[in-house]
Amino acid sequence: MGARPLTLFGDVARWFADPANWQGSHGIPTRILEHLELSGLAVAVAIVLAMPIALYLGHGRRGGFIAINVANIGRALPSLALLAFGLIVAIALGLGLGFWPTMFALVPLAIPPIVTNTFVAITEVDRDVVDAARGMGLAERQILARIEIPLGLPLILAGIRTAAVNVVATATLGALVAGGALGRFIVDGFALREYDQLVGGAILVALLAVATEVSFSALERRTAVPGMAAIR
Amino acid sequence: MKRGTIFAAFVALAVVATACGGAGTGGGGTAAKPDVIVGSTNFYEQVTLGELYSQILEANGYKVTRKFNLGSREIVEPALESGQIDLDAEYLATLLAFVDKDGKVAKPTTDPKETQTGLQKALDPKSLTVLDYAAATDQNGFVVTQATATSKNLKKISDLSPVAKDMILGGPPECPQRPFCQLGLKNVYGLTFKDFKALDAGGPLTVAALDGKQIDVGLLFTSDPSIVAKSFVLLDDDKHLQLADNIAPVVRSALLQKDDGTIKRLLNSISAKLSQSELNDMNKQVAVDKKDNKDVAAAWLKKQGLIK
Repeated sequence: MGARPLTLFGDVARWFADPANWQGSHGIPTRILEHLELSGLAVAVAIVLAMPIALYLGHGRRGGFIAINVANIGRALPSLALLAFGLIVAIALGLGLGFWPTMFALVPLAIPPIVTNTFVAITEVDRDVVDAARGMGLAERQILARIEIPLGLPLILAGIRTAAVNVVATATLGALVAGGALGRFIVDGFALREYDQLVGGAILVALLAVATEVSFSALERRTAVPGMAAIR
Repeated sequence: MKRGTIFAAFVALAVVATACGGAGTGGGGTAAKPDVIVGSTNFYEQVTLGELYSQILEANGYKVTRKFNLGSREIVEPALESGQIDLDAEYLATLLAFVDKDGKVAKPTTDPKETQTGLQKALDPKSLTVLDYAAATDQNGFVVTQATATSKNLKKISDLSPVAKDMILGGPPECPQRPFCQLGLKNVYGLTFKDFKALDAGGPLTVAALDGKQIDVGLLFTSDPSIVAKSFVLLDDDKHLQLADNIAPVVRSALLQKDDGTIKRLLNSISAKLSQSELNDMNKQVAVDKKDNKDVAAAWLKKQGLIK
């Protein structure tokens, strides 16, 4: 217990410097890869589930209130409860521990920002532009694909970014159900009272979340249509 | 009127409660009964034991606050030391190894009496008292599935030595550094496993991981009902890695000083009756038959004639 901040700082530095912590199936690189795999798949599944609905509703400019509110239930459900429920389901289905129960907790967390941002991105596209496209004879599908999505892309990506950052930070929960990923350092560090490991794990998660944020922001800037970049 | 009936019922209850309190102590309420906070770690057997202690105290007029499922020993032991809880059910050898990590004061042995004496010495500076221990133990046990036991011909832990290098061991996250877990398997049995998977302390994750073949050897408690339910094979601890982990209440000495000796007598009366088969039966009722810890504890106390 009573480790003073300075001692702890040194311990954490030593933990990062120890080559043993960078090797094998329990090492930092493996855990980061596991974390990225878990988070990446959770966000991908959320995109597949949420994006078509949000695009459809956004294009029709209706039903958004219901869609956003239903999706927001995902925010209200405690991830920990979903994790416990996911564990029971995964065991019953023979999917094993760790990965799938955690997915079950993470996907509902990723859906709300994707739905909200995508819907708003599409509805906020200037109506005159859409009407002009329609007047030029573009089909509805073409309007969505060539006008609305490209113009709304930065906002859509911002939604995915929010989802991804939430998921990266929450994927640590997986360690509670025997999963890998960076949560392992936090849970094991706590169980062993090895605060260097615990803090080291927390720092890695924070860094990964920041890295996710930064890379998505860069992607948003690159995908902005010329002329729109000025708005951002 | 209805309100009048309810009021009468309250009065009757109060009278009964007072009468019970008086009868229980026998002393006639000379010493003030201190309030008691009973704690437990996060595991059903601990909650049942906490209920046993709580209910016998309540039946004798003590005001009891339950703080169960607090976490692992890493949380509960400091809580006991600092007075956030007054007592909990402990396991002699494990607690001794926990409070006296280097064995400077005493080392746990396979003999419960010796271990209890050593434990008390280690607890003295912390102002904690270990009361009588029960015959019941709850020790770490290494378990494999029936299929693994048959195919690898495993009966005892030392049978693992030719095959351990290809096996995955599963247990609580602290297992690799616990002398009674992976560390002990290495030092006492010379076993090195292919990998270790962090699960839970003899809970559903470990059972599911064994069942789903994600691990080959799992750490469960010897009193775990799922060993019977899932036909797992408990490997015999032939080199005595597991020390005397008999169950005993550990109480803050300050609480005992405030009390007239009743608490000590009541808790010891539970230990005197708590045999291994009685404990395993209660564990099965809670974990397999899904009965409530409270009801199971109450039924047992009544059956033993410890409460009315």
